Amino acid sequence: MLSSEERREIEGEMPRYEQRRAACIEAMKIVQRHRGWVSDEAVRDVAELLQMTPDELDGVATFYNLIFRKPVGRHVILVCDSVSCWIMGYERLRRALSTRLGVELGQTTPDGRFTLLPIVCLGTCDHAPALMIDNDLHRDLTPEQLDGILERYT
Amino acid sequence: MATERPLTQHLRPDGEPLLLQEYERVGGYQALRTALRDLSPQQVTALVKDSGLRGRGGAGFPTGLKWTFVPMDGGAPRRKYLVVNADEMEPGTFKDRLLLEETPHQLLEGAILCAYAIQSDVAYLFLRWAYKRAETVLARAIAEAYDAHYLGKNILGSGYHLDLHLHVSAGRYMCGEETGLLNSLEGRRANPRTKPPHPPVSGLWGKPTIVNNVETLCNIPHIVNHGSHWFQSLGKGRDGGTKLYGVSGKVRRPGLWELPMGTTMREILEDHAGGMQSSLRFRGVLPGGASTDFLVESHLDVQMDFAGVEKAGSRLGTGTMIVLDDQTCPVGMVLNLEHFFAQESCGWCTPCWGGLQWTEGILRDLEGGKGRPEDLDRLQDLSRHVGPGRTFCALAPGAVEPLQSALKHFRQDFERHIRDGRCPWS
Repeated sequence: MLSSEERREIEGEMPRYEQRRAACIEAMKIVQRHRGWVSDEAVRDVAELLQMTPDELDGVATFYNLIFRKPVGRHVILVCDSVSCWIMGYERLRRALSTRLGVELGQTTPDGRFTLLPIVCLGTCDHAPALMIDNDLHRDLTPEQLDGILERYT
Repeated sequence: MATERPLTQHLRPDGEPLLLQEYERVGGYQALRTALRDLSPQQVTALVKDSGLRGRGGAGFPTGLKWTFVPMDGGAPRRKYLVVNADEMEPGTFKDRLLLEETPHQLLEGAILCAYAIQSDVAYLFLRWAYKRAETVLARAIAEAYDAHYLGKNILGSGYHLDLHLHVSAGRYMCGEETGLLNSLEGRRANPRTKPPHPPVSGLWGKPTIVNNVETLCNIPHIVNHGSHWFQSLGKGRDGGTKLYGVSGKVRRPGLWELPMGTTMREILEDHAGGMQSSLRFRGVLPGGASTDFLVESHLDVQMDFAGVEKAGSRLGTGTMIVLDDQTCPVGMVLNLEHFFAQESCGWCTPCWGGLQWTEGILRDLEGGKGRPEDLDRLQDLSRHVGPGRTFCALAPGAVEPLQSALKHFRQDFERHIRDGRCPWS
């Protein structure tokens, strides 16, 4: 069941578009903001509210890489693997992250603290290599800086 | 006379956004006042068309000409849309971020002028998810613009109405493709649409729709204020205006600079980016983002405008250059690029999803020391089979550009991977 707050936020999006279903991406982002991810149950509930079939909505959900259809950790690390970051040291950074966290790309730490994911170009190529943790951009990175950055996210 | 930098001259030195009052103090929204008071929508379009402004999002289509494709006669649909494409996601590209984060009202003024020219009463600003700071800055600027009657009902008492909505995406490179973006705004997968009909005739929900890039729209207030001849005079070559040029890779000072359109690549790389880092040698450059052909040392004197870069065998694209140095493996770089394109293919066209995965696989084998002599011919064939004319959108043809040009300029490096059975740089 959608919470009344989720429902109110989603209904607030609908008038911005000519058709109800156009609010579906924002609706899933709203659910994700409240719960961290979008479950099968949430897909059914949002689809019903927007007069779509669950399959139609899931087809949209699975297209967009920032709609999480599986649970993620308390903090999501998105490490840029695109070309400028690759040239400037992405591989070293990714290896250092995997070593420190004990997980590979696509995995969540056993304590549920971090999920490590690859992301395409973050548009800050003059400060490569870069990554995002939750809403924060970290740039001009070296593996040595990682400990100091990671400890800010508990 | 000092070089004119209309887009960035009023940026604050501290990097904070120019808010409404500061923007107005440096002449902001004067172009909108002029247009609403003195110019018909058709006159605004004519000014932009005469300026020769070409789209800054990568394809370089003439902006004013695009606007003229919107049906404006009595029988035209009443509802028309403007969509601001702020889905900057071309690898190596970081120019619109600056304009979004630091001069939000310049973009809004340009968008309102465009919407007025095509008589659109609803606009969407399609922003990529990762631009969190831009999201906050734009939300504030839009609220300020409503409060000051630059948006909403009866703008500045002119009788013209416009609502503008901020839409923040949920990822995927395909959203930057014009028709993929429209599908995404409608709440669908961002697959491309068949063209024709083109969006200016049938776009968002089947209504006439103009999709313009951020940097493109930021130029509009200045063209209205200073005229099309002024705009043309800013360029050094055939194309008018200035360009935000960026450089990333192992140069001394990676960065972003607004310079006259047609500035040479050498000036940008050497004078502005400071040349290569010590002990590194320049080997090549993608002049306009990931989906442009490599250029090499013999091309350094090309003028970075649409015609200049095309003549050299590549494309101006987004004007943000990615530099390849001699300590970085060209095969590894192309593998990184093709991995990106294969991953970001939406899966709609078989040559794209199938061909790019295959391409990535061959490159991975080459880089991993498992390349075979026939691989280079196969890559050449694949370049042709996923190239222009075989897919709905430009993703796959763009993906081929760095590949085919790397095979030409760095062939000996590919051959060496096969001969040695390993990557010489690893």
